Amino acid sequence: MLATVVSWVTAPDHGATTHGAQAAAVAALVLAMIKVRYVALDFMEVRDAPPPLRWGMEAWVATVGTTLVVLYLAA
Amino acid sequence: MSDRGYPDFIDPFATPPRTTAPVPPRGTGATPAVRARSRSDGRRYPGEAGLWVLIAEDVTVFSVVFAAFLVNRGHDPAQFAASREELLLTVGGINTLVLLTSSLLVAGAVHAYRSGAVTRARRLTVGAAGLGVVFAILKAYEWRHSLDAGLEPSTNDFFMFYYALTGVHYLHVVIGLVLLAFVWRRMRRDPGGESRAFVEGGAAFWHMVDALWIVLFALLYLVST
Repeated sequence: MLATVVSWVTAPDHGATTHGAQAAAVAALVLAMIKVRYVALDFMEVRDAPPPLRWGMEAWVATVGTTLVVLYLAA
Repeated sequence: MSDRGYPDFIDPFATPPRTTAPVPPRGTGATPAVRARSRSDGRRYPGEAGLWVLIAEDVTVFSVVFAAFLVNRGHDPAQFAASREELLLTVGGINTLVLLTSSLLVAGAVHAYRSGAVTRARRLTVGAAGLGVVFAILKAYEWRHSLDAGLEPSTNDFFMFYYALTGVHYLHVVIGLVLLAFVWRRMRRDPGGESRAFVEGGAAFWHMVDALWIVLFALLYLVST
């Protein structure tokens, strides 16, 4: 919840792509993936699931998270 | 064997001797976890078999579109930034908290159901579904707002992605609400806890809806500046 409010509040208001705005955007993406990871681990109970599911989820979070950050920065 | 060498008489009308541990009364919190076909390490896949294939597939498709969104953004970041400002950040933020809370309630409902507190489980499920309806109403309001401003899927790439992504997500919200309704009904028909897999499955789908929105919110509302 806190993570949501933090990324919401730090969302930049205006156009120009400054380093600050870029950092905020990357932080928003990373925070989103961290939140998704916790939803999977605790709400979806993947934490206690068999290793293929657990590591599949971790791999997806890491891959998609990295890909999205890289694609964002490459713009 | 009796002392006369004949097998002991087995009275067919008598209650057979217990071969398993007695089941404590439900609702006391003392019910042992029902373990169906669990692995030797005690771990199991939550929900129904095959559900996780569906979740993985769904999430993969969304992930590809997430990536496509960012690639497209790279072609015209200024357009994406300007378009993003047309969105109602506050409503999007509220919707994120709404779905997160809804997921929290569903997780609580599953735990309650498993420990026999069926009434509480059903109430939490209703609460979660209620929040899901709130999300749907707020999202429809946002669409009305942007459509009234003349911003349509054909307006530009950002809005094409915005309407497509939030639209398909909305379909998932509706399906998720239907599943929660089935879960609610199943809890009533089976307060004994045997429908654990069904309940977990419906819950997992709802959590997936929440998780997808978390990423959507970041991509659509936060990232383009």
